Amino acid sequence: MRTATEKSTELAAIDGFKARAAAEGLLDVAYTTADSPFGPLLLARTERGLVRVGLPNQDADGLLADLAARVSPRVLEAPRELDEVRRELDLYFEGKLDRFDLPLDWRLSGGFRQRVLRAINRIPYGQTRSYTEMARKAGNERAVRAAGTACGSNPIPLVVPCHRVLRSGGALGGYGGGLPMKEALLELEGVRDGKGSA
Amino acid sequence: MTALPPFQTVLDEHSAAVMAILRGAVGRDGADDCFQETFLAALRAYPKLEDAGNLRGWLLTIAHRKAIDHHRARGRTPVPVAEVREVAVEDGVPAHDPGLWAAVGALPPKQRAAVALRYGSDLPHAEIAAALGCSPAAARRSLHEGLKRLRKELA
Repeated sequence: MRTATEKSTELAAIDGFKARAAAEGLLDVAYTTADSPFGPLLLARTERGLVRVGLPNQDADGLLADLAARVSPRVLEAPRELDEVRRELDLYFEGKLDRFDLPLDWRLSGGFRQRVLRAINRIPYGQTRSYTEMARKAGNERAVRAAGTACGSNPIPLVVPCHRVLRSGGALGGYGGGLPMKEALLELEGVRDGKGSA
Repeated sequence: MTALPPFQTVLDEHSAAVMAILRGAVGRDGADDCFQETFLAALRAYPKLEDAGNLRGWLLTIAHRKAIDHHRARGRTPVPVAEVREVAVEDGVPAHDPGLWAAVGALPPKQRAAVALRYGSDLPHAEIAAALGCSPAAARRSLHEGLKRLRKELA
């Protein structure tokens, strides 16, 4: 039987442990969940920067297991480490921020995919581009399908704005968080009504 | 071989057991610091851990070592038994009797760990064995020897 006091001293010990782990540089991956108008987001960062944003319809436990396997198993919940990310996202959802100023960790995407994502990262707020343009910017205009795959596997959605990439005709294409979310984001940014061609 | 889960999962699943064994082994006052030392040591070593099959046993082994360090640092080597108080110990063990835990703390390391893991953390013999890195039979023997000694000293 554990008393409430025992539980609270245990929580204090856990906090103490995490503070010391951070001071020792052992927090390889710090994460938290944050509210958004679309549901809870998973936010994870490394010492390099934001490495993963999990959308509400994605399995957070699966994403954390993936980070443990691909980045480091030293994955710990540490909300304070993500204060700045949360702050900028809140402002973005309120329509008060049109450019994120966050260090990013690109390591979850390599090669062509990373080049596509870096090109996407330069699409300004409230504008859209086509998958074909992104393929060209990444150095291979004919790899349109691969550019689409790169968008679909974007580990840092919202901040790396893959929602601003549409089909050449202006159709929505796909979105990891579901098409209604893509539409709503485009609407938030004042891009038409998010549907059909411009 | 099992993939290593995020360390947060390890913390969530085993922090209560680690705290319980440490409260038994070093008392409430020392438990907090030993707990932090245990998980820091675990976190440092974690990426190199080859098998996630028995994380609980692995953590309890570290906790056990930290408890020994704690006793050593406080000069409590397994010797002083002179001033053990008279406590009636039949079957119902008074869980928070400081005299009893002092006597447990004075047992040789393996016996002390076995007793603390069995009665402090309520672990079965197989898990005690895993935590101590010995066979279940050896764990049972350490537990038996430890209890025998406690009975004698507290009689």
